[in-house]
Amino acid sequence: MKLMINGQTQELDIAPDMPLLWALRDHAHLTGTKFGCGLAQCGACTVHVDGQPTRACVTPVSAVEGKQITTIEGASQSSKVTQALQAAWLANNVPQCGYCQSGQLMSATALLSQNPKPTDDEINSFMAGNICRCATYQSIKTAIKQAAASLA
Amino acid sequence: METINQSRRHFFKVAAAVAGSLTLGVYWDAAQAEEKAAKVAGPGEAGSTELKHGLFEPNAFIRIDPDNTIHIISKHMEMGQGSHTGLSTLIAEEMDADWAQIRTENAPADASRYGNMAFGNIQGTGGSTSMANSYLQMRQAGAAAKVMLVGAAASLWGVPASEITVQKGVVSHASGKKATFGELAEAAQKQAVPATVELKKPEQFVYIGKSDLQRVDIMGKVNGTAQFTQDVQLPNMLTALVAHAPWFGASVKSVDDSATKAVAGVKSVVTLPNAVAVLATDFWSAKKGRDALKITWDDSKAYKGSSADQFAAYQKLAEQAGKETLKEGSAQEALQTAAKTVKAAYSFPYLAHAAMEPMNCVVQLTEQGCELWYGAQLHTIDQMLVGKVLGIDPAQVKINSLYAGGSFGRRGNPASDYILEAVMIAKASPDRVPVKMVWTREDDMRKGYYRPAFYHSLQAGLDQAGNATAWFQRVVGQSIVTGTPMEGMMQNGFDPMSVEGAGEPYAIPHKAIELHTPTDIPVTVQWWRSVGHTHTAYATECFIDEMAHAAGKDPVEFRRPLLKDSPRHLAVLNLAAEKAGWGTALPKGRGRGIAVVKSFNSYVAEVAEVTVKEDGTFSVDRVVVAVDCGVAVNPDVITAQMTGGVGYALSAALGEKITLKDGQVEQSNFHDYTPLRINQMPVVEVHILASQENPSGVGEPGVPPLAPAVANALFAATGKRHYELPLGNKA
Ligand code: FES
Ligand code: FES
Repeated sequence: MKLMINGQTQELDIAPDMPLLWALRDHAHLTGTKFGCGLAQCGACTVHVDGQPTRACVTPVSAVEGKQITTIEGASQSSKVTQALQAAWLANNVPQCGYCQSGQLMSATALLSQNPKPTDDEINSFMAGNICRCATYQSIKTAIKQAAASLA
Repeated sequence: METINQSRRHFFKVAAAVAGSLTLGVYWDAAQAEEKAAKVAGPGEAGSTELKHGLFEPNAFIRIDPDNTIHIISKHMEMGQGSHTGLSTLIAEEMDADWAQIRTENAPADASRYGNMAFGNIQGTGGSTSMANSYLQMRQAGAAAKVMLVGAAASLWGVPASEITVQKGVVSHASGKKATFGELAEAAQKQAVPATVELKKPEQFVYIGKSDLQRVDIMGKVNGTAQFTQDVQLPNMLTALVAHAPWFGASVKSVDDSATKAVAGVKSVVTLPNAVAVLATDFWSAKKGRDALKITWDDSKAYKGSSADQFAAYQKLAEQAGKETLKEGSAQEALQTAAKTVKAAYSFPYLAHAAMEPMNCVVQLTEQGCELWYGAQLHTIDQMLVGKVLGIDPAQVKINSLYAGGSFGRRGNPASDYILEAVMIAKASPDRVPVKMVWTREDDMRKGYYRPAFYHSLQAGLDQAGNATAWFQRVVGQSIVTGTPMEGMMQNGFDPMSVEGAGEPYAIPHKAIELHTPTDIPVTVQWWRSVGHTHTAYATECFIDEMAHAAGKDPVEFRRPLLKDSPRHLAVLNLAAEKAGWGTALPKGRGRGIAVVKSFNSYVAEVAEVTVKEDGTFSVDRVVVAVDCGVAVNPDVITAQMTGGVGYALSAALGEKITLKDGQVEQSNFHDYTPLRINQMPVVEVHILASQENPSGVGEPGVPPLAPAVANALFAATGKRHYELPLGNKA
């Protein structure tokens, strides 16, 4: 199976029903994308497929063949929005355990790409799919607004 | 009660392993940590695996490379609570290091060097002890390293050490001579370790108490490179998924694995007493294989109880006298003569920790023993129990401790449950390859080790003037340590963690607390962020609020005289009230509630503000926190832990519960065990009290006051009390 991951084509020996999450983690060895629930409930596995935030845990690889898949590893290198968010994450000491943060950053990247100046309510509704058990929500909100300002 | 809480941080001690049968003698000794001088192991003991030329290892906690990197070896694991940053701050402070040259790593398992001084002689993290037990030890380690670096410069430059200054990692002399720590490393390694060191005075601090330090663990956590257990990849590694028995106490009768073995990628199936594991080349194959298993369970010894029956039984127990855990005066008699009495009962469900990273562990069995990779929290206990299962010396159990994707208590399991499961799978596996055991969210949710369910009944007496005269409380719930290797934590025949904090700290002349500890329920239970305080604080602080209203007094005013002997409680209560604008009017439908709790030697008061909407649903809008945790080493970490504690506690208070039906756990994933999401997060304001007391913990103490503060705020808004958690979404 051929997948376009972070701008590169990778040939992986996997079944078509395998969720993208496990193709990325176990086969492409990109472990920044996390497993949290396997049920599209927590957002830890968020990646972008053709720029759209997607829950990799419930997306079979057959559905993303020929599409551009971007993970936290790729976005860290190529996305100005992700980089601005990362700078704001650093400035606000956002992560605690850190396990949800790749997913938070990928969702936030999608948010700012679609809506460069989100209000608090817009942040709340867009980011509500990403659980953080450490409850870093307050600093996530601050950091998103800071990143938005820095990109403006 | 006070003495119990004082010794709360002095946890357990591994006493003896006798003739193959492991017993963990456990004690609580308040004097232990004070008496025991901080041990700072000597040169070459920092646990580095390869000793590079030109390296400086002044002690077990510091290693300086010639390239000027300072490696700090943290004896406390990082699960989000900020201990890597905290311990590094202490060392950097006394060394006068540059923050940018610090790299922090986890210590290997070796209790002789990395023991938690609050736990006796075991290595582990928990009970919010990391800062308290490291404060002097890490500063001494840093100060000793600095003395040796300065000594090296003095002899190289031929000047007196007293003329040398150190600032931000640069050693310099008035003559213009300058060197980095890295440049001095080789020479410093030859310096004698100082017998005593002088520590800085608070006014000399450049890092302690400052809020602009970046977390040392942050970079990998924003770019996806931080290594969690889930991310470990080793050559030839297999992934194991486990089918657990659907009831507590059930076991495997027979397995038909023919369909499983036909799944591509599946390598083997191993049967444990109460579980069946499928080993495969990747997660997805293992999962498909597991789903194809046909297992017949032996449920003859299974627990088939239901939550409703359990609470009914608890309620019955609460009508009978229990084990007396506190008696001051004669509460029962005082109730008889009281001018007014107040009664209430509260129930608390089982709670799952539901850390973001489900439980997992990587095991490699080796010729000599066993190597583990995971977010180790109780290294010494894990080593002993794994050693016992494998029939090897605990020292042969090598632990590579990784970042933990949250724990909230779960990873420090008194029975090393998930670790032993991984080890038993590896042992039973026909292939001697590394095995990564991965629990799914459903496994993590259903496999137990919950915050125990509890029931509290309370009665209080008030005199004519509305002063509290009597407090009588019965507590019913399973013990965390009874029947575990940590039974030694029991005091006077009961588990102090079942009642810690109950009725505290109010000066009421007649007080009695009784405890029932059911032992016939095999649902496994464990400490959950703030342990007993998760329920005792709710019962105590909601009931005090109810007493205040019965007395016709404002809840803050009512508390003040009862806190006359507890100045630190009073100070945080007053600060939170002031910052929250306590007493100022709120629009209709809104309410404010307060609670104050001491846990793990830190004092926290919280004021919650709620809005009740027309349809009866409510939101928690604002939470004001006042905390006294002694010297505030890292204000940012304290603020993060208080804010996170509020969020974690609110999550449980609003919507979390584990219930059983015919013995089976009804919840499975985040759709029916519903964590707090960003749109439910209140604005949290944290105020840290200036203090010169020794630092105490912050990982847990933000949790206990939250739920009662919210419930009291709901009462203020609606006049309705909440006697059962979770609150749900209706006010
Ligand atoms: S792992 Fe995909 S949403 Fe939770
Ligand atoms: S930082 Fe721990 S789950 Fe979000």
